[in-house]
Amino acid sequence: MKRTVYAWLLLGLMSFVFLPWHMTRDGFTSFQWLNDGSPSSGLFMVLEASNWWLIPTGLAFVASLLVQFFVAAPVARAKITLAIAVMGLFATVLQGLVIVVNGPRAFTGLLSGEIVQAGQQSMGIGAAVCLISLLFAFSVSLSQSGKGQGDAFVTSTIALIISLVAVFVFFPVMHILIRAFEVDGSLSLIGFFPRFFSSEIWGLNCLIGAGSCGPAINSLILATMTGAGTTALGLSFALIFTRTDFKAKKLLRILTVLPIITPPFVIGLALILLFGRTGAVTEFFAEMFGMEKTRWLYGFWGVYFAQMLSFTPIAFLVLIGVVQGVSPSVEEASQTLDADRWQTFRYVSLPLMRPGIANAFLLGFIESIADFGNPLVLGGNFSVLSTDIFFAIVGAVASPTKAAVLAVALLTLTLSAFMLQRMWLGKKSYATITGKADSGQNAGLNPVLRFICYATALPWAALTLVVYSMIIFGSFVKLWGYNHSFTLDHYIRAFGFDFSRWRFTGVAWDSYFTTLSIATIAAPLTAIIGLATAYLLVRQKFWGKEAFEFSTMLSFAVPGTVIGVSYIMAFNFAPIELTGTSIILIIVFVFRNMPVGVRGGIAAMSQLDKSLDEASITLGANSFTTVRRVILPLMGPAIMAALTYSFVRAITAVSAVIFLVSARHNMATSFIVGRVENGEFGIAIAYSAVLIITMLTAILILQGLIGVRRLRRTDRVQPSA
Amino acid sequence: MNNSINSNHHGEVRFENVIKRYGNVTALKGLDIVIEPGKLVTLLGPSGCGKTTTLRLIAGLEMASEGNIFIGGENVTHLTATYRRVSMVFQSYALFPHMTVRQNVAYGLTVKSVPKNEAYQKADEGLELVGLAGFGDRLPSELSGGQQQRVAVARAIVLEPEVLLLDEPLSNLDAKLRRHVREEIRQLQQRLGLTAVYVTHDQEEAMAVSDRIIVMNNAEIAQEGSPADLYERPASSFIADFIGDANLVNCEVLSAENNKGEVMLAGTKYAVASDGMTKGDAKLVLRPHALELLSPDHAGLKGEVSYAAYLGREMQYTIDTEVGQLFAIAPVRANSFAKGDTVSLGINENLARIVKA
Repeated sequence: MKRTVYAWLLLGLMSFVFLPWHMTRDGFTSFQWLNDGSPSSGLFMVLEASNWWLIPTGLAFVASLLVQFFVAAPVARAKITLAIAVMGLFATVLQGLVIVVNGPRAFTGLLSGEIVQAGQQSMGIGAAVCLISLLFAFSVSLSQSGKGQGDAFVTSTIALIISLVAVFVFFPVMHILIRAFEVDGSLSLIGFFPRFFSSEIWGLNCLIGAGSCGPAINSLILATMTGAGTTALGLSFALIFTRTDFKAKKLLRILTVLPIITPPFVIGLALILLFGRTGAVTEFFAEMFGMEKTRWLYGFWGVYFAQMLSFTPIAFLVLIGVVQGVSPSVEEASQTLDADRWQTFRYVSLPLMRPGIANAFLLGFIESIADFGNPLVLGGNFSVLSTDIFFAIVGAVASPTKAAVLAVALLTLTLSAFMLQRMWLGKKSYATITGKADSGQNAGLNPVLRFICYATALPWAALTLVVYSMIIFGSFVKLWGYNHSFTLDHYIRAFGFDFSRWRFTGVAWDSYFTTLSIATIAAPLTAIIGLATAYLLVRQKFWGKEAFEFSTMLSFAVPGTVIGVSYIMAFNFAPIELTGTSIILIIVFVFRNMPVGVRGGIAAMSQLDKSLDEASITLGANSFTTVRRVILPLMGPAIMAALTYSFVRAITAVSAVIFLVSARHNMATSFIVGRVENGEFGIAIAYSAVLIITMLTAILILQGLIGVRRLRRTDRVQPSA
Repeated sequence: MNNSINSNHHGEVRFENVIKRYGNVTALKGLDIVIEPGKLVTLLGPSGCGKTTTLRLIAGLEMASEGNIFIGGENVTHLTATYRRVSMVFQSYALFPHMTVRQNVAYGLTVKSVPKNEAYQKADEGLELVGLAGFGDRLPSELSGGQQQRVAVARAIVLEPEVLLLDEPLSNLDAKLRRHVREEIRQLQQRLGLTAVYVTHDQEEAMAVSDRIIVMNNAEIAQEGSPADLYERPASSFIADFIGDANLVNCEVLSAENNKGEVMLAGTKYAVASDGMTKGDAKLVLRPHALELLSPDHAGLKGEVSYAAYLGREMQYTIDTEVGQLFAIAPVRANSFAKGDTVSLGINENLARIVKA
């Protein structure tokens, strides 16, 4: 244990002395900084550039190393090291926030002097390694100084995750809040409220029939309707799936998975191709019945339609768990008490599903309000918050402040929904799964209800099928709506390959490879952080655990557009400058998708009996060994799910990414947005089709690699007593 | 059996005023216990009495809020489970389902960097010790409940722990197997001279395996002693009721000297054992077999049979009397009583005791 602290401190000291503290112009890996003559490492910045504010960092390492040598009592040594590490961390972070070249500056009046005013560049590799070393020196010492439950692996994991969430979720969101309160370069509370509550955002004109509403009201109405609609449809699907002998259940299942691997604009595009002014259905009705071709699709109804197609599967996935969770024995009990099928459903099953239904509604609500792709393609004059934020950043009149205020409005809505969900679910427990094997059969649906379910869900399933066939069809025709002759042009333009010169000539290759490599890097990182968090939440007790859980789930409630805007606001300046790199894309994916890994991990880990861990611990293994040898091998499916999900999301994400891509690191989805904006639908759809196939292939490969290890698990079976 | 698993490492367990709190709830109120080396001591009590908490404190799975814990003379209060020389057999066995039986048993050795073949050899010895030689290559799911239980025991003892902890190890076995397995555990413990702490809520099981029993109630020790002490000399009505069946009847102590008390019950005087009791109200402890059912013309406590059950080797009766309902066990005889019969109850004074009211 002493060796661990020692190693971290030594590493920190070395990087303080040798590694470039600040961001180097040509990047770290070029090693230009080695011989360009200017001082670079922390030590040299202090000695030659008089950057005295770096002294505490170096001192912290020296002092705590001395402590390791000269303090013999383990607990005292740990406590002193702990204190020094905390001070070192604090000083290092503070100097980074206060002394910057340009950009937003905290505590401006705190320090003065010429060198301070000149500022410093962003933190580089040296600063990063120093901070990490201090952090781990802190967490390992913490594990040895407190009484009991001292496991360096656990404290270090907690410290690492909290720091990462603080830096990559809270720090940027703070930036957006500060920016929203900023008027003419200074913070103003009084200036914020008129802008925040202006009728431009919250206008209610559409309700009284006098023009259009503000984007916040639009978002709210749309999200409420989408939440209600997807929940109703999802419930229909779930009931058909579990309570009827419907034949084509497998097909239903596939239909519900498809939208998850569909890039965000595809449904919108397919709807345009079907119902737009020159869409197939529009043409058909115009010819047959002489109906007028209108642009009804571009506006509220089009967006609503697309969101219903996109988010119904999510509601289904939530509700199927809930519907299956209603124990057959309570339904059988109800029936033996002479209730008929309708009464059983109405008075027993439905009330038990209530929390799940609320959950599905709120999930649909949040998804709809955060949705970016569909409103962008189909919104027309119907403005919602997420797209307005985008146009406030990239539009003709770029106004970061307006974007920040809109982002705060959006954040307010999603966080309220999120809180509501937690309050609702926190209080009530309807759990009917007991761990005892339940035999018995769920009650069938009564005929009227069954008819209603079929009548709503099946046409919907058929429509989804049509939409997806359109995607394939559309990618093979010359110009949709005008010239339906078969062509491979779109594919060749996007993914052409010149065999004579061995060159990727297609226009899409660059973004395709970038997307794949970034998704490949982000997926395992997301899985690791998500599962580690789940492990801490399920298996470890520590102070502030609830706040910890809340903050990790928070990044789920922060819509992608808000994250995107906040990242360009926060990471465009010192102390952390990441915009324009591929690192920021990876980071944004990791923290956007982490909550799903956490949820999946929690679900999987809750099924592993806690006594397995305890057995391992009492047999002399530490937490790290326990995780490696007992927990991970039993979590194969959860790891697989986390990997797949984060990979797929990294490929299909658009809302946050679109702010962060650069010419060098373009992503598939933002490339498609560009094509859609230019009206090149064919190539956009061809690209989407390729992405879908790519994701399917990746899922299959992952499934093959990790496999589903089948064990007859005995730890949860209750033998007859 | 020539075995390298030996008993050199049996340690004493000592609690000094150990308090455990969860938030505002006190799970243990200042516990002082000593568990002698080589003995099997059972923690017995109703659910929620703190017995499992005590066991987990010894294991290091919970940390004491106050007080000190010593194992083998060493203060381990702040050591986590990883670093204590203690192993535990879990109620659910907690066998790792993805490892074979041999890997399971060798696990504790391999995490301590014992070379694999040595660990496996030792694991096979452990399996032999519990009568499972040759089962090493199976998965836990391929074993019966009783076999899994023995694997869990083997896994715990190959580490040669200073203390072996058993947390309701029999509760997942069926009734017949339970008696067999508890005998095996007891024999193994005695053969290896292990210090063992055993938790159960089943008083019969506790009496069958223990050198000493610590009965706990409401987060503290209610009474401790050998099985015979607890059954024959209960210190309170709780113990009398909890250890074995007992009828507890309100009575009045007329006089008490030389550990004999004179008790008045429903107009009749009885002389029964009474250490340390004084005059006044008390409870009379009547074991079911201390009651004799006689025909109503005999002298004694009058009552009416309200329930009679034939159990093969004995009859069980519930009798309504003026001092309350009494439960009695009698040998099966030709002229057994039936529901509704009036009886006279004789009390065997040697088997009765008085405890504090």
